[in-house]
Amino acid sequence: MSTLALSARDSSTMLRRNLLHARRYPSLTLNLLLTPIMLLLLFVYIFGDALSAGITGGAPDRAAYIAYLVPGLLLMTVGSTVIGTAVSVSNDMTEGIIARFRTMAIHRGSVLVGHVVGSVLQSILSVVLVSAVAVAIGFRSTGATPLDWAAAFGLLVLFALALTWIAVGMGLVSPNAEAASNNAMPLILLPLLSSAFVPVDAMPGWFQPIASYQPFTPAIETLRGLLLGGEIGHNGWLAVAWCVGLAVLGYFWSTSKFNSDPR
Amino acid sequence: MTNLAIAANGLRKSYGDKVVLDGVDLAVPDGTIFALLGPNGAGKTTAVKILSTLISPGPGSGEIRVGGHDLAADPQAVRAEIGVTGQFSAVDGLITGEENMLLMADLHHLSKPEGRRTAADLLRRFDLVEAASKPASTYSGGMRRRLDIAMTLVGSPRIIFLDEPTTGLDPRSRHGMWQIIRELVTGGVTVFLTTQYLEEADELADRIAVLDDGKIAAEGTAAELKRLIPGGHVLLRFTDPVAYQAAALALPDAGGDDSSLALQLSSGGSQRELRTVLDRLDRAGVEADELTVHTPDLDDVFFALTSRPLENVR
Repeated sequence: MSTLALSARDSSTMLRRNLLHARRYPSLTLNLLLTPIMLLLLFVYIFGDALSAGITGGAPDRAAYIAYLVPGLLLMTVGSTVIGTAVSVSNDMTEGIIARFRTMAIHRGSVLVGHVVGSVLQSILSVVLVSAVAVAIGFRSTGATPLDWAAAFGLLVLFALALTWIAVGMGLVSPNAEAASNNAMPLILLPLLSSAFVPVDAMPGWFQPIASYQPFTPAIETLRGLLLGGEIGHNGWLAVAWCVGLAVLGYFWSTSKFNSDPR
Repeated sequence: MTNLAIAANGLRKSYGDKVVLDGVDLAVPDGTIFALLGPNGAGKTTAVKILSTLISPGPGSGEIRVGGHDLAADPQAVRAEIGVTGQFSAVDGLITGEENMLLMADLHHLSKPEGRRTAADLLRRFDLVEAASKPASTYSGGMRRRLDIAMTLVGSPRIIFLDEPTTGLDPRSRHGMWQIIRELVTGGVTVFLTTQYLEEADELADRIAVLDDGKIAAEGTAAELKRLIPGGHVLLRFTDPVAYQAAALALPDAGGDDSSLALQLSSGGSQRELRTVLDRLDRAGVEADELTVHTPDLDDVFFALTSRPLENVR
């Protein structure tokens, strides 16, 4: 077998192992899924009227606010899921089995690739579940063509891949699960500081750069444009650039951490 | 000379200022059991980690060959030859024993039926059939260790590293593990074993190296090492001072401690040596209240080799 075939085979073995973990111990994944769903319901049913009135300056329009909110929450779901990735990578590294893997003649990267692919699949599953809740409470993707949906799906996968590689790196540098959870916290806090809940224009002037120049805002604006048929403009390229940049950074960070001597 | 399964020259490793291995030479012939004996913190685990490619050797180390391959140049070739069972069990606690075995079969690229057969065989051989469908985290210490070794054997490694395979096991599990290790070498496998127990090295190993403070303090067969140790002695205790005095006269070469009424006599502990002592006491008409035979142990090895006591073993 060629090197590529061998590495694919080892990676798929590792993926099966991670999916087995996730299937057998789903509580972590489900707990992390609660955060975006609760925020969705909270912002729609509790703050929805006030926020929609504040944003438009007119009468409260909850339906319009659902439409505004959902794209951001879908990306926040990805951020929330990858916290689980950081925790499970960190847990895994403290297990003796990883030392065993390191002394076996397997493709070295397969351990991390298994985590990454497993985590991206979990992110997609979580996004589908949150979407279902969103549709159930009245979200409709109006004016989107199948091509837009395909692009939206592609963006979510790319975004999940980028955040997952970063989360894997965070998991690798964390000595235990608690530290991993804390280190990965920005991944769920960043969407709160983005255009997910209110437009950047509605924020105080000094804060607007913080909200604008971070990965979530362009990704959210792009997803919003794709799902609701609005203007995307330069946000599309920005979102892709952020994703590729973070994925590459996370990949090199994680592999160099994993390849250095374990303590 | 037979081929060497492991040949390491000047193995060095330090963490910051702390020197863990300070120029260790190892030579293990094919198909033998080699024991690295030493107390906690002597560097045994570090040596295993380096030889099994888990960590890189420190700067200044000489050439290291494992299974005929250069460790630095071709670690993957070394990995293909070895199996490692670490001090902390290297099993995946979240999945079942059988799933652990099948995971190993997949990673060794066995076909599905071959993997299933190998897993089933090894689970049977290591008495884990009943536990096979339970998560490994629920296993007892002995069961985990057996699963660990069973997983190591899936790839039929030629060289097996066992880092303190019996530490923390009860006596029954320990003897079971010894039996397993003996069976391994009958198939031509080389075993590199670390242990804190002289008894264990004595039971199993063809050659023993005593590692102390990052250096090899002595190396040889169990018999050769024991000859280095003058530690064996017979201890006689008395309650009656008169009997003590009489015994001291009857055994002029014994060292006495007048305050505790104890006599100490160096002896290998053989039947003949003991009979001589007892005959002399009988002729003098004295009877000791307590007689103990002290055989050499790791403490004595260390007293003899390094003339300092062990801190961790007692």
